[in-house]
Amino acid sequence: MTEYLIKNGFVYDPIQGINGDKVDVAIKDGKMVDAGDVTKPTIIDATGMTVMAAGVDVHAHVAGPKVNVGRNFRPEDKLFNAAAGSGLKRMEGGFSVPTVLRTAYLYARMGFGFSMEAAMPPLYARHTHEEIRDTPIIDQGALPVFGNNWFVLEYLKENEIENTAAYIAWLLNQTKGFGVKCVNPGGTESWGWGMNCETVDDVVPYFDVTPRQIVSGLIAANEYLGLPHCMHVHGNSLGEPGNYEITLDTLKIAEDYSPQNDFGREVVLHNTHLQFHCYGGESYASKSFESKSKEVVEYINSVDNISYDLGVVTLDETTTMTADGPFEHHLSHMNNLKWANTDVELETGSGIVPFIYNPKTFIAGAQWAVGLECGLFIKDPMRAYITTDAPNAGPLCRYPRVYKWLMSAKARDDMLDNTLKYGDKIRERCYIGEIDREISLYELAMMTRAGPAKTLGLGHMFGSLKAGLEGDVAVYPYNPETDTDDPEKIEYAFGNAAYLIKGGRMIVKEGEIVDMGNKRTFWVDAKVNENPMVERDIAEKFRRYYTVTQNNYTVEGHHFVPNPYVIEVDATR
Amino acid sequence: MAKIVTDVVCPFCGTLCDDLEVALSDDGEEILEVYNACTIGATKFLHSQAKDRVTRPQMKQEDGSWKEVTYDEAVEYTANLLVDAKKPLMYGWSSTSCTAQGTGSEIGEIVGACMDNTATVCHGSTLIAVQDVGVPSATLGEIANRADRVVFWGCNPAHAHPRHMSRYSIFPRGFFTGKGSKSRKMFVVDPRNTDTAKMADVHLQLEQGHDYELLSAIRVALRGEALPDFVAGIPKEQIYETAETLRSGRFTVIFFGMGVTHSLGKNHNIDIAIAVTRDLNDYTKAAIVPMRGHYNVTGSGQVWGWQFGFPFCLDLTRGFARYNPGDSSSNDLLIRDEVDAVFVLGSDPGAHFPVGSVKKIAQLPSVCIDPHITPTSAVSKLHVPVAFVGVEVGGCAYRMDNVPIETRKVVEPPEGMLTDEEFLQKVLTRVRELKGAA
Ligand code: SF4
Repeated sequence: MTEYLIKNGFVYDPIQGINGDKVDVAIKDGKMVDAGDVTKPTIIDATGMTVMAAGVDVHAHVAGPKVNVGRNFRPEDKLFNAAAGSGLKRMEGGFSVPTVLRTAYLYARMGFGFSMEAAMPPLYARHTHEEIRDTPIIDQGALPVFGNNWFVLEYLKENEIENTAAYIAWLLNQTKGFGVKCVNPGGTESWGWGMNCETVDDVVPYFDVTPRQIVSGLIAANEYLGLPHCMHVHGNSLGEPGNYEITLDTLKIAEDYSPQNDFGREVVLHNTHLQFHCYGGESYASKSFESKSKEVVEYINSVDNISYDLGVVTLDETTTMTADGPFEHHLSHMNNLKWANTDVELETGSGIVPFIYNPKTFIAGAQWAVGLECGLFIKDPMRAYITTDAPNAGPLCRYPRVYKWLMSAKARDDMLDNTLKYGDKIRERCYIGEIDREISLYELAMMTRAGPAKTLGLGHMFGSLKAGLEGDVAVYPYNPETDTDDPEKIEYAFGNAAYLIKGGRMIVKEGEIVDMGNKRTFWVDAKVNENPMVERDIAEKFRRYYTVTQNNYTVEGHHFVPNPYVIEVDATR
Repeated sequence: MAKIVTDVVCPFCGTLCDDLEVALSDDGEEILEVYNACTIGATKFLHSQAKDRVTRPQMKQEDGSWKEVTYDEAVEYTANLLVDAKKPLMYGWSSTSCTAQGTGSEIGEIVGACMDNTATVCHGSTLIAVQDVGVPSATLGEIANRADRVVFWGCNPAHAHPRHMSRYSIFPRGFFTGKGSKSRKMFVVDPRNTDTAKMADVHLQLEQGHDYELLSAIRVALRGEALPDFVAGIPKEQIYETAETLRSGRFTVIFFGMGVTHSLGKNHNIDIAIAVTRDLNDYTKAAIVPMRGHYNVTGSGQVWGWQFGFPFCLDLTRGFARYNPGDSSSNDLLIRDEVDAVFVLGSDPGAHFPVGSVKKIAQLPSVCIDPHITPTSAVSKLHVPVAFVGVEVGGCAYRMDNVPIETRKVVEPPEGMLTDEEFLQKVLTRVRELKGAA
């Protein structure tokens, strides 16, 4: 295999403590090696450029049934957003919900190598994997949703952790899933009857279990299994004014748990798109709404077993989509745009609604501020990851813009003074005006590669340039010595990687995509003790309540997961 | 002892039943019996065993007679037809696997084709309505487990989706519907007294073509506003009562078919049917589900969605995907003489398109890939028989509620026969060579 030596770049690798030093970075046989270990390398001159491990996305919606509803029901999202294929590249289209090809090319241009699809409905696992398979270049995994699953609700009502774990292990295997996602625990099942769970102590109709019990039990089962990734939660009452207390209630559930795994993961709970969960006040009006990001992040700063991602609102027209069915219904009543919903038997639900975050409104500007605050209040950037919950708070292609806002107080002030209509009100009702912190490139590397890799339990493969890790390196046309005057350079550079090497193959060369790579699908195969009760329950539910047979539920490897990377976990006791 | 294959998926209609059992001869070569399937489904399996089945490609000669050709010759003709055409139409895609659809899309992209599926003449109007107003829906199991109000609007599952009512909508005893059909109120809205209508608790026998008015009246009734004495021929008392019954249920579902998608009003009928569903969600839980016909028409819309962003009527001629039903739809292209070659796979426009369109197909260079001899194969220049997906080769298909199910291979195809996927792969390779893109 080709050897590469990247010379003269400013290197940022928090795992090795490299902070902008000019060190040589070497790749051999698809892996990172010490610079002395390459013999006849292809030299990449990174003079005046920034070098980091390839990006790792902890949470995005880029493949699967709701993403495809978003594509198919929004032809307008393709207007002015299509490009013809050329060379190896196929045609691409879409802005907030890009086609799978565009998703891959976008990630490559942004220097990313791994992306986690954040919500896979198990019954639709095949669909998710078909899209993942057709998304070239980047490695991907998918998190099946568990927070409203009937098995989980029934077991956790009785606090049966071992049975829950056995069921999770079975489902990961059936769906080729990566970990445990929980969306609006209990609320989406309630939505099966048009209802919701709004606090952690609301009771799920019929199942008689609370979100608190679900979150607690799923963390316990996740640690019982010792999965690479921690329990990944989107809590109750997303987007509701005053919800920060519910968020704190959810986060505090983690106090009872410590991480148990062989992957170097140090957290037990990942709260996704924290921005949507940090609201005070009673309405979206500027006289009531207030940011509570400081209160929430201060709590997270005070513990060491929670991570989160930001979910920054990018002030675009986008397409919201989530397994939080009742939330999307609620949203459709706020903006009266089209609304799609799918409830999935025994498992979950979902909703999709286009949304315009209009910078001329107070609330969109305030949401923008809250998201950035979530990134700026963190003490340990290894536990706060930059996302837009793509496409919910903003399209994937806006990541570099978010970096700009986080890295430049000037860029933020410019937004507050010149773009947002209610900049002053936002300064008043949010914390953004009092923060002068600017995220450094070193911290950016923590928040976009080292940190997420660690929380996903993939720190032994991604997120650093240490010898032995995957040969995934991004080179950005950004000179930290001379380019600091203009924040626009940040946005440009991180959206236009000069080079991306992935698994030792040159994917982006001098800004052009030149290789479709060797994409892999990551999934976790957890071994547990035989559990005849859970096996019987599964057989019974399939016989009586599912509309596919148990044998037709399994996602068989062959054409759904043609290039798997299986992580094995032994949880037999 | 006959060998029984279980969990077989029926590759016929959008119900995509996956509980079939197929009895094979001792040597595993012959299908003897198909259990659990309806007559249509069973017949499809048994048809594949027909002794007089065409197993080799055939070219139409000048004199109208057919001459057997090799698959390689068929590949060569097809690849050249697509590459030589300025604007080829690649139509069908509803009775094949998603993998084949994906390969077909790549070919379409390279040659700059217009690509369309059978939705163009069935639920295309539904797809347009969904683009206008969205769609609150649910999987069929949600309906089996929860629905206590079931409406069939402009569809006749007793004939078109024979096991739909027993598997999903009327008879099953679900988790919250333990009494099966006794837990449910069944409505049929149809101008005809169909076999489905005969089973209904309430049959609203509306005047033909007045679906929009009746749906609109239900919205009015739901809001408690005044109605004229009759709407669409239905007395207002019955409309108020219907609205009240739908609203008072715990979970209402509306299934709809071509009786509304292609009667007067088209996509506007579906717009308002979705609006009714949306309104009902303010009072209770409600979902709406199109009764998709072919077993994988839904899948082709999905595959094109993730590859191109649109579910049908794709125009790839400019190098990027464009979409404009009414312009980029098959019949419009054919009638306007805009396409100069026709490729058909996985459907039978010869039987379902207006005769004017079929005449155009007959005049153009054309190829039909289909296990059967069909009206389309009869008017095409080349007929390429292939293995039956779901019988002789597996592959993914999407049920009417978009749930993907992997169909199964039960028996071997006749010796030397290619599958859709294999044939398309060969065409793709040849197209790449001809385009110098290999
Ligand atoms: S209802 Fe449809 S899918 Fe089911 S057996 Fe009959 S034809 Fe096949």
